[in-house]
Amino acid sequence: MESLHLVYDVPGGDLTHAGEASSQVKQTLRKMRYDSDTIRRVSVCMYEGEINMVIHAEGGTAAVDVGLDEITITLADRGPGIPDVEQAMQAGFTTAGDQARDLGFGAGMGLPNMKKYSDEMKIDSTVGVGTTVTMVVHIP
Amino acid sequence: MTVQDLATQLNLTPFHLEDGSRQVTGGGYCGDLLSWVMGKAPADGVWLTIMSNVNVAAVAALTDVACVILTESVTPDEPLLRKAQLQGINLLGSSLSTYQCAAALSRLS
Repeated sequence: MESLHLVYDVPGGDLTHAGEASSQVKQTLRKMRYDSDTIRRVSVCMYEGEINMVIHAEGGTAAVDVGLDEITITLADRGPGIPDVEQAMQAGFTTAGDQARDLGFGAGMGLPNMKKYSDEMKIDSTVGVGTTVTMVVHIP
Repeated sequence: MTVQDLATQLNLTPFHLEDGSRQVTGGGYCGDLLSWVMGKAPADGVWLTIMSNVNVAAVAALTDVACVILTESVTPDEPLLRKAQLQGINLLGSSLSTYQCAAALSRLS
């Protein structure tokens, strides 16, 4: 199978459209007949990342590379950056505002979910410059 | 048990019933914080929530639950209903509390 490279623009500020890219990736992986567990793991990782970019960074880009052994998700934004990544990774820690919380987001479980559902996760963040989160899901 | 069986036996309001013949096999999950639901709702299960905004459709689609039940007589807002129709999400409603609805569901399965 040839490798596949997908790139999506994630618009910022509008939580009502968040998740479109994740839905499209899910549909694509389904057509490619990946197992449902892999599809779900990729979907959760990407959706949480998308939501984070919308809430905290006014959007960004989401890239998905489908290889033979693994699927790599790269989420890049030019948002405010994460001052303390270790703190941000703690379950329940959030800086999301009331608007996000009213919609059911901002529980402080986004990054922990991404860590849980990926096999590898790396966060490169510089305050004032932006954040890139890279996640790898191994294909069984 | 199918989603239609569930709807009949729990007297649920079908806001959008796309596939009543879909089997419910994954149990259920009660929750309104979407990241918790994303992490924990079982595929082919039932998700009980009082959230009624459009993001419910995205989470239902990505977790692959068999249906969503809005409890406490909550009704979907317009964007959620449209999205459920567009994405083929089984979206039902109950006048019971989340607890009562989960208990009734548990007695069925």
